[in-house]
Amino acid sequence: MESNTAVSCRNVVKVYDTGGQKVTALNDIDLEIRMGELMMLVGPSGCGKTTLISVIAGILDQDEGSCEVFGKNLLTLRNHEKLDFRAKNIGFVFQAYNLLPSLTAAENVSVPLIINGMKRVEAERKASQLLEQVGLGERTASLPSQLSGGQQQRVAIARALVHDPRLIVCDEPTSALDHETGHTVMELLKDVALHKDRVLVIVTHDARIFNFADRIAAMDDGHILKVVNSAAQL
Amino acid sequence: MYHIALKMLMGDRGKYLGIVMGLTFASLIMTQQPAIFLGLMTRTFSFISDVGLPDIWVMDSKVQFVDDIKPLQDTELYRVRGISGVEWAMPMYKGMLKARLADGTFQTCIVIGLDDATLIGGPPVMLQGKLEDLRRSDAVIVDIDGAKDKLAKPSATPGGKTKPLQIGDDLELNDRRAIVVGMSKVSRTFQAQPVVYTTYSRAKNYAPRERKLLSFVLVKAKKGQDLAQLTKRIRETTGLAAYTSSEFKDLTYRYFMKNTGIPINFGISVTLGFIVGAAIAGQTFYNFTLENLRQFGVLKAMGTSNWVLLKMILLQAILVGSIGYGLGVGLTALFGYSMRNTILAFRFPWQLLIFSGAGISLICVFAAIISILKVIRLEPAVVFKG
Repeated sequence: MESNTAVSCRNVVKVYDTGGQKVTALNDIDLEIRMGELMMLVGPSGCGKTTLISVIAGILDQDEGSCEVFGKNLLTLRNHEKLDFRAKNIGFVFQAYNLLPSLTAAENVSVPLIINGMKRVEAERKASQLLEQVGLGERTASLPSQLSGGQQQRVAIARALVHDPRLIVCDEPTSALDHETGHTVMELLKDVALHKDRVLVIVTHDARIFNFADRIAAMDDGHILKVVNSAAQL
Repeated sequence: MYHIALKMLMGDRGKYLGIVMGLTFASLIMTQQPAIFLGLMTRTFSFISDVGLPDIWVMDSKVQFVDDIKPLQDTELYRVRGISGVEWAMPMYKGMLKARLADGTFQTCIVIGLDDATLIGGPPVMLQGKLEDLRRSDAVIVDIDGAKDKLAKPSATPGGKTKPLQIGDDLELNDRRAIVVGMSKVSRTFQAQPVVYTTYSRAKNYAPRERKLLSFVLVKAKKGQDLAQLTKRIRETTGLAAYTSSEFKDLTYRYFMKNTGIPINFGISVTLGFIVGAAIAGQTFYNFTLENLRQFGVLKAMGTSNWVLLKMILLQAILVGSIGYGLGVGLTALFGYSMRNTILAFRFPWQLLIFSGAGISLICVFAAIISILKVIRLEPAVVFKG
């Protein structure tokens, strides 16, 4: 594996057993993602994009093949090691934001820090600083229900960044947002989240944001069809 | 993570209150119904508790409980007095007699006849008058609850309020005059009849003519006497039954437990309370966890271990359990306090707190376990499902 390789998947296969019927979600996937890169996984619904980022993020085990993230084969890690790896190295941004509804914005953002053992007061102070950075300095005490979709997604991005992870996985981060807000969120991800020591993997079928990607992996039916450098090559 | 667990729990006020209310209801039923049951059962032997002085009660060997009077011959008293280890032995009459009230109606009363010389076995608390006043002609002492209620005098005006029986008023007991010389406070009895105290010899006059009228012989053991040995000696010497106060209470208690439907009825109430409370609280708590499953999934994806999630759910269960339990026993205590001057039987010993606490803990542990199993089996990848 090259030194700047963040994620390396080799011959990854994932088969779901849905009531006796086998469905191959990932079929012999090979993919490399480099440090400092924004990689997009695109393709129609059910093509395996979400399964692939689940495997990359270590929340789903593949059936065959290997997937190394920052040089660690997640399949070989023990459960507590995998939890620790996820807590320290991975940030999540979800399509439905998945903020805890009874926590304020600052409390939501502080959750990964608390999972990593930081004291609550210190974690919330750091979370508030990050919310300032994403333009929500005035809304630290707001509950998710008091925020717009775009604001909630910015809180979710802050939550994904707060513990300074090396890999951020985003599942359809703009699909619930209008074009302008989606554009703002992507700019935020590109400007604030992405740097040379971090890699972003974004699953999307929102063609309006393809131009933010450094590379795009086009998937269909559990396969990666091609990996291209721009949307025009798709 | 604990504050997150608490915020998750309290964030949805409706569900939170639903769980707490379910547990409060279960706790209330599991505490209040046994408290009434204990109150009723305590009343079965309240008369024995009120007669505090004697160590041993001697009676006919066929007596099954305190109100099951099988009279003895007066000579039995002297036989008991002659047994070694007996400090003193006094006669007691206990019987149900009809009192004729001022308006001509009849009321059944529990008449207690005390030893004429010593008046041993008298009421535990005198509210008006003195116990010694029983030595006056035709004197009786009436319990205050009976005087205010069942023995009360009719109003001078039709439909008006009755007047409590007072010192100086008279009654007729079996066509014989009885003058009230005092008011006492006694523990309510199971039959809830007025209690009338008089001397043993006068009680025998009030009672219908029978060959035998001695109900009990009350015995005080000499200092240092082994009560078990003394009761055995009395039984062997006289052929009568002899029980210590606590044994006599047990005998009475067991009789009511065995021969009445009270334990079964209250047992059903308590069991239903437990089942309904467990169903409401358990189901609501489980639903609460199900609805928060995605949030638990997010925490799991972000690196929270099953052990931490388990502790979070346990904390939530302990909190709602404690609040529900506290409210339930608080309401029970309030119920008991507000009913303290009524006829309702109610007894709330500390052991009952442990009983209902154990019941509520069981419900919470059950609800937490099924919720925890769901969370432990949860695949964190669920967070990516739309």
